[in-house]
Amino acid sequence: MRLIKYLSIACITFVIIAGIAIPMVPQPQSWLEFPIIPGLEEKARNIFFHVPVAWVSVLGFLFALYYGFRYLRTKDLDYDMKSVSSAGLGMMFCILATVTGSLWAKFNWGSFWNWDPRETSIFILLLIYGAYFALRSALGSDEVRARLSAVYSILAGLTAPFFIFIMPRIVGGLHPGAKGDTAGSTPVAQLHMPPNMRVVFFIGIIGFSLLFVWLLNVRVRAARLEYQLSKKEN
Amino acid sequence: MNFISSILAIVSKDVRSEMRTRYAMNALLMFVITSVATILFALREDEVSTEVLSGMFWVVVFFAAMSGLSRIFVSEEERGTTMTLQLVASPSVVYFGKLIFNCGLTLILSSAVTILYVAVFPTFMIKAITIFTLTIFLGSLGFASAATIIAAIIAKANSKGTLYPVLSFPILIPLLMTVMKATARALDGEMFTAALGEFQILVSYLMIMIAGSYLLFDYVWKE
Repeated sequence: MRLIKYLSIACITFVIIAGIAIPMVPQPQSWLEFPIIPGLEEKARNIFFHVPVAWVSVLGFLFALYYGFRYLRTKDLDYDMKSVSSAGLGMMFCILATVTGSLWAKFNWGSFWNWDPRETSIFILLLIYGAYFALRSALGSDEVRARLSAVYSILAGLTAPFFIFIMPRIVGGLHPGAKGDTAGSTPVAQLHMPPNMRVVFFIGIIGFSLLFVWLLNVRVRAARLEYQLSKKEN
Repeated sequence: MNFISSILAIVSKDVRSEMRTRYAMNALLMFVITSVATILFALREDEVSTEVLSGMFWVVVFFAAMSGLSRIFVSEEERGTTMTLQLVASPSVVYFGKLIFNCGLTLILSSAVTILYVAVFPTFMIKAITIFTLTIFLGSLGFASAATIIAAIIAKANSKGTLYPVLSFPILIPLLMTVMKATARALDGEMFTAALGEFQILVSYLMIMIAGSYLLFDYVWKE
């Protein structure tokens, strides 16, 4: 875990420095120059932060779903602690992704919110997280809470294919990969990035994923201690 | 008793207890009438586009369904009959029985909304009958399939009434977006082939929801 912590700090520090400091020029010659993308210009730098954060918010949901599934199989409350810790982190990253995306949309597309398919998807992910925690707070005993919230997260996960594959096709959008994009509509946006941008981008993805793993570990350890303390008091 | 006849026994039991009190039916129909009246007050004499009308059609169906469909499991919990039902029938039998009852209720509900809309909105003219009927049918079944499993979840929770739409909405959004689009097509009188994509989405949603609920229902139902 200590290794993961330092690796994620190193990756994110690198991305912050490289993503902000490397100049953007019309005709890049060397590795230390990014091209200017028409329509995006300097705002393109947000891609190193917004996309990894959005990725982690989905990762948090997938982990919550997976641990929920494991809980249903084993009835081990430890998995439920992992599930809820992961959902909490996912919700935090989901809010961050909404805010960074919304600011980017304001300066690039003119308004904070456009109901583009991906904006709608992240909004629904927020709603799912909200509903998940609302359900948890309305259930009394530990076992029932763990069981029903696991079922709900799996049920919500079942609708994900509709948002990933179907909705971007039927609703026109502004993100790359949507219906009407000149590069063709694909479920996952294709990368039209030069190799040096791609390196920074993927280090960003790895750095934020490692940050998520480390934070999840800290939260799970805290949840275990809290659970043991509450058992001692009774 | 075999599988089918035990499912039918559950359905007939629910229909009979519904006929005695008529709680769900009355609540649903009154909800539909009041919400359509509210929309009429808001719109007055305005000419509304078909897209807005088809959107409002499903808004009424959604909130009416959210007020009535949870009864199916909540009433068992309130009357304390959950245990008996767990003893006499297997979980999948209970699930399909409740699902069929809710499907019937949603079909009645959406037909009632259709009749009201045709009667009060002059611009709500169904030009493509096949698209409209199929949308109402598949849409109602999809609604009931997602609403039934969530009703089973919230029956165990403390604040049942407010929690139900909160939990259902994210699950129902893909369905709502699709049926709104298909209804707008029916009102514009488009060709049947134009709405084929929507029907594919509706059928796949219905199948995913029923298969998922069938697999998950054991965990919700059994203590």
